[in-house]
Amino acid sequence: MSDPSCPPGSAPQPSVNTLYKAGSRRRIILIAALLLGVVAAAILSAGIGTVSISPEDTVLAVAHACAVSIQNFLHTYLPAVGSWYDAIPFTVPAPSNPQAELIVVGFRLPRIFLAILTGISLAVAGAVMQGLLRNPLVSPFTLGLSSAASFGAAIAIVIGPAVLGGLLAIGSNSFIIIMAFVFGWLSMLLVYAISRARGVNQATLVLSGVVIGYIFSAGITALQYISSNEKLRDLMVWLMGGMWGASWGAVLLLIPLTLIPFFLLERMAWDLNALSAGDDVAKNLGINVNRLRLSGLMISTFAASCCLAFTGIIGFIGLMGPHICRMIIGNDHRYLIPCAGLMGAAILLVSDTAARTIMSPVEIPVGVIMYVLGGIFFLFLIMRARGRGLY
Amino acid sequence: MELVLEGVSKAYGTQMALDGVSFSVHPGEVVALVGPNGSGKSSLIKAIATIHTTTGGTVSIDGRDVRAIDPIELAMLLGYVPQGFSYTLYSTVFETVLMGRRRYIKWSVSDEELSRVQRALDALEMGQHAAKFMDELSGGERQKVFIARALAQEPRIFLFDEPTSALDIRYQIEVMETMRRITREQNSSMIVAVHDLNLAYRYADAVVVLNRGKMVGYGKPCDVLTPDCIRSVYGVDSFAVENEYGKFIVPFRARESSGI
Repeated sequence: MSDPSCPPGSAPQPSVNTLYKAGSRRRIILIAALLLGVVAAAILSAGIGTVSISPEDTVLAVAHACAVSIQNFLHTYLPAVGSWYDAIPFTVPAPSNPQAELIVVGFRLPRIFLAILTGISLAVAGAVMQGLLRNPLVSPFTLGLSSAASFGAAIAIVIGPAVLGGLLAIGSNSFIIIMAFVFGWLSMLLVYAISRARGVNQATLVLSGVVIGYIFSAGITALQYISSNEKLRDLMVWLMGGMWGASWGAVLLLIPLTLIPFFLLERMAWDLNALSAGDDVAKNLGINVNRLRLSGLMISTFAASCCLAFTGIIGFIGLMGPHICRMIIGNDHRYLIPCAGLMGAAILLVSDTAARTIMSPVEIPVGVIMYVLGGIFFLFLIMRARGRGLY
Repeated sequence: MELVLEGVSKAYGTQMALDGVSFSVHPGEVVALVGPNGSGKSSLIKAIATIHTTTGGTVSIDGRDVRAIDPIELAMLLGYVPQGFSYTLYSTVFETVLMGRRRYIKWSVSDEELSRVQRALDALEMGQHAAKFMDELSGGERQKVFIARALAQEPRIFLFDEPTSALDIRYQIEVMETMRRITREQNSSMIVAVHDLNLAYRYADAVVVLNRGKMVGYGKPCDVLTPDCIRSVYGVDSFAVENEYGKFIVPFRARESSGI
């Protein structure tokens, strides 16, 4: 490194050690900044709408609601701790706008959380799928997973009441999720089988994914046509993609269903990195490529399906999130996966906020915005890729 | 480590890609695989690395069948550089080389691992390119990065599938010199598929000549790579010249493709 014959003035070469550490630091700062950005966007988004609420009130509304529910919980179940809790000489003041708590906590937050969780799931799934199939154009949407999972959810909605009868509402939610996953997995197995066939290149794989997506979209349309009137609106939602399905029940269910797959996929990061050297080299590095592919696809399909069951078809987020992050943070999946997740959350949250406010009081489905944004992005990717390769 | 191949065969349907190949590689030895396109050089290397399953025969390392060795242990024994390689746009040179240390990295990367990456890069004089992205390199530089990755892996046996095909003549010689020196120093071994017979001649301790999946010659380069052998395998007339720098093979004419 420090060659004595090196003429003075020429910059010394930074060592691998320096480069690696500087890179890691930069990436951690980027991820932290993105996390802050998502939190800030959430606070702002909660204030925007027909009734606008200041960011201070938003924070106070959330803090106050939390404090009150903790207090209620303690008094009901742990009175001893409750009295100790009451003795704390600090209370969260109520927000200045008396409606703030109901609007923010009751209506806007579940929707914001659903957008964030869906953004994370779809973008993480997209990043992992791109790594697993070594194809930059794949994502839950372009592989037909979004449509398939939405189709599964739609079937569950139409036949659910008949199958489940008088079971609890939570039962019907899980039924919808299970059906979404079953159909999502079916589409992924199909794609996986196609990807293993001889002579399949990157473009054909995406093409078959798009076709699979069309078939399942047709299924949703057919269901819409044959189903009774009251369910029709519900099914319209799945086809368009939107955050109307938001409720605290759905959010509490989706938090573990998003975070657990995220950590499982994050654990595969090094193997995904090694896979970028190609299947043969990955095998030589001791990686069971087929097992990695199947388990990674299954986990990411599961995470994506769970969210899609509540939102319907949301396109392109799994394509945009990972791509933007690859450009700014590189290809190390340890950083790429969380970065893509946060980027997906940010994009979807901002888009959904726009969807419910730009034509206020009329809401447009966020799915429509994603189609437009994502479509343009997809074209940009293809134009840029000419002669340069994508991945 | 002693690598022994016994009757290794690989069939694709009725086509035999490899047909009963047997030879052995001793520690510190460089073995060159030569033969025309499609003669089975890549198939043989992939069979040794257990990337492809064989349909007959065994490959063993110190008496243990490679198929019975745990893939993670095997990853520490064999370092493979493929012929057609792939890389990703947004990876840097040192990140690519770092992959060679995959088996030794749990989650975070220690200084020790990074210094091994540094050494591998320096051995191939690629240190100054460490921070570059893979698509900023020339084809030859990229090829050196993949060789560096195998070096960083620190295996006992190197498996190189035409490692110098994209290198200019200077780098070809440098890389072969470096690899042979490292092989000798570490008392590891190296199996290398090459097209340039003179590289095989100069750097290999033994040559395996393949033709349509069959081993048609095995031994010291000067015994095996004769004009007769080259004529029958490649269909090319050649002559050998000898001067103070050694013996060289000069191919000069393709024979009429009668019967081939």
